[in-house]
Parts: sequence; C-alpha cells; structure tokens
Amino acid sequence: MAYSEKVVDHFNNPRNMGSFKKDEEGVGTGIVGAPECGDVMKLQIKVQNDTIVDAKFKTFGCGSAIASSSLATEWMKGKTLEEAAKIKNTDIVQELNLPPVKIHCSVLAEDAIKAALNDYKKKAESK
Amino acid sequence: MKFPIYLDNHSTTRMDPRVLEAMLPYFTEKFGNAASRNHAFGWEAEEAVENARKQIARLIHADPKELVFTSGATESDNLALKGVVEMYREKGDHIITSMTEHRAVLDTAKALETKRGLKVTYLPVDKTGMVSPDDVRNAITDKTILISIMLANNEIGTINPTKEIGKIAKEKGVLFHCDATQGVGKIPVNVQEMGIDLMSFTAHKIYGPKGVGALYVRKKAPRVRIAPQMDGGGHERGMRSGTLPVPLIVGFGKACELCEQEMATESVRLAAMRDRLQAGILKELEEVYLNGHPTQRLPHNLNLSFAYVEGESLLMGVKEIALSSGSACTSATLEPSYVLRALGVGSDLAHSSIRFGLGRFSTDEEIDYTIKRIIEIVTKLREMSPLYEMAKEGIDLKSVQWAVH
Repeated sequence: MAYSEKVVDHFNNPRNMGSFKKDEEGVGTGIVGAPECGDVMKLQIKVQNDTIVDAKFKTFGCGSAIASSSLATEWMKGKTLEEAAKIKNTDIVQELNLPPVKIHCSVLAEDAIKAALNDYKKKAESK
Repeated sequence: MKFPIYLDNHSTTRMDPRVLEAMLPYFTEKFGNAASRNHAFGWEAEEAVENARKQIARLIHADPKELVFTSGATESDNLALKGVVEMYREKGDHIITSMTEHRAVLDTAKALETKRGLKVTYLPVDKTGMVSPDDVRNAITDKTILISIMLANNEIGTINPTKEIGKIAKEKGVLFHCDATQGVGKIPVNVQEMGIDLMSFTAHKIYGPKGVGALYVRKKAPRVRIAPQMDGGGHERGMRSGTLPVPLIVGFGKACELCEQEMATESVRLAAMRDRLQAGILKELEEVYLNGHPTQRLPHNLNLSFAYVEGESLLMGVKEIALSSGSACTSATLEPSYVLRALGVGSDLAHSSIRFGLGRFSTDEEIDYTIKRIIEIVTKLREMSPLYEMAKEGIDLKSVQWAVH
C-alpha cells in the first residue's frame, strides 16, 4: 500500500515530536491506544490563558498513526481549548488522504486530543 | 549497490539468469504441447518435461514418475488435502495439522471442516515454533487419514522434526503430507529418509519462474491415491488435468538442478551473512528478540522483534530495503501474525516484528547497509515511541491499564 505524500512527509519530518514534563504548569497529557493493538499515542499541550501555546507528541504505531498525531500537534498550536476540541478525525483523514484501513489512526488522534484537553481541565480545576 | 535492496526472499525470489536461458526456446521455436503424441513438436516438449521431472526428482530423492505438476504450492497443498480426504473418506474423517502452517494448508483444512464435515486437529507449537512429534503421535486416532506438517515455516524459518513425524506416520499407517515450499532447495530434502508420502513445493521460491509447482505423490510403500480436483484431459496420470506449461516446467527443472549443485555452498554462505546481520543489529540495539528457533531454522531466515517500535513504521522508514513485517496493520483485521501468536509472542512484540529473507543474489555490502539502516531507524522510532519513554522511566508496560480499542 502506498502512503500519501503528506503521510510520508510527516513521517520523515515529524512536527513537534517530544515530551513536556507531565507535572509542568499548564501541561495536559493524553495517552490513548494499547501496545496489543499496535498503536499508542501520547499528545501533550501547554496552555496559557485558554490558548494552546505549544504541543508535542510521541507515537508507537504505523506511519499513518505517526502522521495523524504529528498533524494534530500542528493544528492544535495557537488554538483555544474550545477550538481544539472541534478538531474531527474526518478532517485528519481528508488532510492526509488516509485510506479506509487507516481511519482508526485518525480516530485515535482525535481521542488523544480530547484526552489531553480533559487532562488539562482536570488539573486546572483541581488547583 | 543497487536500490531497492531485496531481502524478502521468503516471499519470492529473483529468477536465476541460467533458468531464464533454459526456458526461452520453449516460448518460441519449441512451443509444442507435451501431450501431442503424433509429431516432433509434441515429442520435443515431452522430452523437455521428462528431463525437468528428473532434475526435480533428483533434488528430493524421488522417482520422476511420482511428481504431479501444478500451478504452485497453493494448488499442491489443496490437491494433497482435498485429494486425500476425498479418496480416503471411507477410512476416516480426521486429519492433523499445526497452527503455524501456511494459509494454503490452514484454509484448505478449514474449508474441509465446514464443507465436508472433516475433523481437524491443529497442533500447537513450542516457543521456537516447532511441532512436537509426541503431540503428533498422541493426536492420531483410528479415524486419522492424514498428517500435514510443514518442513520449515515461512515467517520464522523454524525447521520441523520432519523425519520423526514421518516415522510416526509410517508406524501408525497414516499418510504424511509435508508443505516443503520454504525448505526445498534451501536444505537437504529426502522424501525416502523423511518418510514423506505427499509433498508440496514451488519453483519461484528457488530462483525459478512463478506459476509452476509440484506435488510429490508416493508410488510405492504405500501407493498413495488422490482424487483429482481438476477434471479434463487426464494429464499427470489423471491427478491433474491441464496442458503442461512446458517453459515453466523447464525453468523449474533447471532451478532444481542449480539448487542441487549449489545448495551446500550457498546455504553456508547465506547462514554466515544472516548470522552477521543478526549479530550486527543485536550488538547495537537493546531489546531485540529473535523469533523462531536459534539453530533449527532456514539458513537465509531472520525474524526479529524490535520492542517499542511498530513493524509497519519500521518498514516505512527503510523503504529502500524490501522487507516483510509480521504485523498486518495494512489488512482489515489489524491482527498481528498468527504464527508469532502461536509461538506465544505477545501482541506488542508481534506488532514489532520484521522478517529478513536473504537469497542467492544478496551481497555482503547489502547486509552492511541493512545493519546500519535498521539501527538508525529503530533508534529514531524509539525516540518517537511513548512506550520506550515509559520503559526508560521504569514503568512496567504490562502494569498499565491500556484502553484496548
């Protein structure tokens, strides 16, 4: 199966690959997936005044999973929490030209975004 | 060095130029039908087929008359299982096979189960992928008509104790079919010593053409009979009708002749290269695991799991090298290799496996390059892997409550 150019580009030049410290001020972390299923995504956001100022990812998974999470960090940066929550897996599918067998990668990316946002909110509320 | 590098020789092999050369005349001026008995064109084709039959029979220590030409190993497996089950149905309704067989055997067995009410025992394998002869013995009942166990596995290269299984089959009077697709031409095969009654193999795995294979069917002690699955002109002693593809058969014969002459030196050369590949990778990378048997495996096979890295992404990172992954993330099921699962390899490591298949045309330079690139890409992908990060932090990944999706 041939990958789309955009998937290959994200795979070869991942955007925002790395980690923040989980307990750092303003950081929200979402980890989704399972090693048994062949993909685990970690998405992290750094928030100031309800705006995502930085985002990072680490992904264990196929090229499409890596590309989906790389793209997600790119899209989240600069968005407000509310805007970021509106990112849909179908947008990722369209942008990366994912074939049907890879749609689950985009679903996982959307789940990771939601998990990171929720984690941030939970941490902010508990303060 | 020419790119891409081909290290997927379990899948298929590049045809040897000497094989092509032998085949060419049979596409053009020597185009006769081997079944034409009345003219020189037919005689010439028949002579070529009989010569190839001898070359092939010699490689496996069979009588040339015991070979039935087919379209390939899948057809041979189908013909063996379906042909025996149909022919010996009154004798019994049970066959024995193993969980790591090729799908050409497994799916045929399953089809016989559902469509013909056959009872099938799928034997487990040990953690090296080997079938236990004792398990075979214990599974035999008075209704067992066939044992079908592969010679060597196509993913992990593990070589089964075929001779022992053949001996048990003889003792118990049960027919023994061996899918030897990956082993013929790579390791010595002797249907007499191994007690094999039926054996499937194909040309394209041994530097011959695609589209031709053979089923060995024992003629004496016992005389094995199979019900044909293709009706027609009664070719191949009635067991497989259809005009013989003379050029392909000539190529198959030549390929077998070359294997017979070169196998001893070639297997030593490939095993040395394979061992160097394995050592080179293991020296630089931690948590890399060998799948299969450490010694009882095909000389050109290497199957490794790279912890914390998903196989398909690894292949994507080394696109200039043709390899195969045990994770079938591209298939609709997203299930990792059933062979690795049967070995007890966890799903996580099964998703992380890569199969290297060396071949006649592999070079030392290509192996050096592959070692270097695999180390680079695994290091890069581990940097990118949240699992590797967690493991480095001392988190036991097995203790994490994953949301299995």
